[in-house]
Amino acid sequence: MHKIYIKIILFFSLAVIQNLSTEEISLEPSLNSQEELQEALILINSGDTLRLSKGTYYFEDGLSLDVDDVTIEGAGMNETILNFSKQASGAQGLLVTSNKVTLKGFSVEDAKGDAIKVIGAKGIYMINVKTEWTGGPKSSNGAYGFYPVESSDVLIDGCVAIGASDAGIYVGQSKNIIVRNSTAQYNVAGIEIENSFYADVYNNLASHNTAGILVFDLPDLPQQGGHHVRVFRNQVINNDTDNFAPEGNIVGEVPRGTGIIIQANSHVEVFDNDIGGNGTVNLTIVTYGSETNDEGYDPHPKSIQVHGNRFGNGGFDPDLETGELAAILFELSDGNMPDIFWDGILPFSQILFGQPEDEKIVLGDNGDATFLTINPIKYMLPIFDPVVRNYDLFKGEINPLDEIVIEGI
Amino acid sequence: MLLIIFGVNSAFAVNDNVLLSEKFPRTLSEYGFFEDTKAQQPSEGVLPYELISTLFSDYSKKQRWVYVPEGSHATYQRDWVFNFPVGSALIKTFYYPLDERNPDAGMNMMETRVLLRKDSGWEAVSYAWNETQTEANIKIAGKTINTSWIDEFGDMQEVRYRIPNKNQCKECHAANDEITPIGPKARNLNSIYPFTDGPKNQLTKWIDEEFIKDYPSDLLKTTDWKNITASLDNRARSYLDINCGHCHSSTGAANSTGLYLNLSETRKKHLGIYKKPVATGRGSGDLQYSIVPGKPEESILLLRMLSTDPGVMMPESGRALTHTEAVELIKDWISSM
Repeated sequence: MHKIYIKIILFFSLAVIQNLSTEEISLEPSLNSQEELQEALILINSGDTLRLSKGTYYFEDGLSLDVDDVTIEGAGMNETILNFSKQASGAQGLLVTSNKVTLKGFSVEDAKGDAIKVIGAKGIYMINVKTEWTGGPKSSNGAYGFYPVESSDVLIDGCVAIGASDAGIYVGQSKNIIVRNSTAQYNVAGIEIENSFYADVYNNLASHNTAGILVFDLPDLPQQGGHHVRVFRNQVINNDTDNFAPEGNIVGEVPRGTGIIIQANSHVEVFDNDIGGNGTVNLTIVTYGSETNDEGYDPHPKSIQVHGNRFGNGGFDPDLETGELAAILFELSDGNMPDIFWDGILPFSQILFGQPEDEKIVLGDNGDATFLTINPIKYMLPIFDPVVRNYDLFKGEINPLDEIVIEGI
Repeated sequence: MLLIIFGVNSAFAVNDNVLLSEKFPRTLSEYGFFEDTKAQQPSEGVLPYELISTLFSDYSKKQRWVYVPEGSHATYQRDWVFNFPVGSALIKTFYYPLDERNPDAGMNMMETRVLLRKDSGWEAVSYAWNETQTEANIKIAGKTINTSWIDEFGDMQEVRYRIPNKNQCKECHAANDEITPIGPKARNLNSIYPFTDGPKNQLTKWIDEEFIKDYPSDLLKTTDWKNITASLDNRARSYLDINCGHCHSSTGAANSTGLYLNLSETRKKHLGIYKKPVATGRGSGDLQYSIVPGKPEESILLLRMLSTDPGVMMPESGRALTHTEAVELIKDWISSM
């Protein structure tokens, strides 16, 4: 009965009322969910909503959507479960390649690769969606929970990401981004904004990851030079999971217990966050460390502003086994780990002639947070102590960045 | 309905109206590409062709045909597939010989994929053969078929064959977000084919049939990656071009990775040499670089060709088995660097 019901609806929506403004299609879990849901995702028309009733749907292959202006809506992230534990093909659970797509109220579980990947979308709105690997943190988990790339107008709101072996919420090579009201736990990186322009990351909880929030930029990619990222009103606390990323990936270098990392971006404002319980370091601002011949790439962070944050305990359990950051910091600080660390690395000309005023790191009031950076000239001359702990040297006026607005949201 | 309204063409000709209609017909035979669909006997104006270097699809064999409507022509495009006129079609049947040692034993047809050049651009659709092998029916959402065949050594091989869904067609057949053919580049057709009226260079035949008017006289020929007399570098690059380059190019679906394996790429980092993974996750297999010259066992590229784990393997779709011969080729190529 059930299958016939579905087919009638599909046929009806296709053949008869194709040109009406909006249409709702409903699906329920069945033994043939793979074919039913994929067919619905192909036959859906712009303006339509596909409703996924409560229950668990099992898939052996990835799903994909390539129709603009549609909504896929479940009965809630704990009610409608798309389960990929038996996936035999497809590099992700759900792939979206169209524009103005709303994903709402469902969960993608145990995908073999990434959970939800979105490529080249102009407008992707993911609301109250969960991605989870249910077996806990494991290197055999997929890389990303939420993975919009080369997209613009990206909204991730009220979402939950658990167990990704790279980043729970990862936005790469995209523009105009809001990640808010979301929770990232037990991932290697909780939330990562990479090679992206104009992002607001706020009201999120990033805890029990290896690292909470990363703002990264990498060379040799079509879009690079990440800039204008605001990270505010987040709880970045107790990131205490051992790094379980497969080697080779940049997050594999990140030590357990890192709160926020800003790397090779410009115009980043970190404010009004609660950052604490991170055993290696609460906030670190670093240069891209590997060699590159990419002449268009700037490995240095610049115009970074940090103010109004509440720092809790940090650096009490540095992860000296993973990557180099914790070990270097531990050695430099003589075990007296700071809340905020900047590696102090500058282009050679700036070491000699100084950094332009508007590119300097600016620290506002961050309570009694401690700071540490390296004087690069002294670092090169072993007779001097290169460590600079004077917070006041970096105090300055804050120039707030603009709010990100997504049209129609 | 369509047949009744438009079925006025001669019996053994392509039905241009069906080909161009907004909705895909439910069965393959409605197009009229074949005089005898079951026997895959092409109709008049439908020409078989063969590519010098082909995409691996789980050891399935492929028979290809091209159709260009009378009175119009495809035009040559440098470094790209021919620009086919509206109304053209590319037809490709995937099959397994029942026994590779004995061609007369017959074959098991899996699907026939069709690329249709409509007014708005190319559209892709696939038809799955029924069990009695008499007709192929449209499969919008794809299909999984567990099947087997006897290989050239007499061993039974099993495969979880996937007929791609409409979106998966686009995953490979897309450049700048438009659907496009991948194979029929002039250089990939520059070879002799045994036509029913005798062997002939395919491009010459296309001129005879007025499918094309001309092509450059100094045209290069794609290297057949199986041709062991060709240089290792040409063979490897040719294989990577046709198997990876449609996504891994600056206009392909995988351009965000920065790994570009199309034939015209020359920058070492973008070819993968000492290139770190970007968003690879466990696809990196704990290795540091796409290609480490001289060390295939440390190269992510080879690891992902070897794997059959959906979260690791490349290509992402269209393969469930490891292409052992190609793995050997790429291993030798990386070793020789």
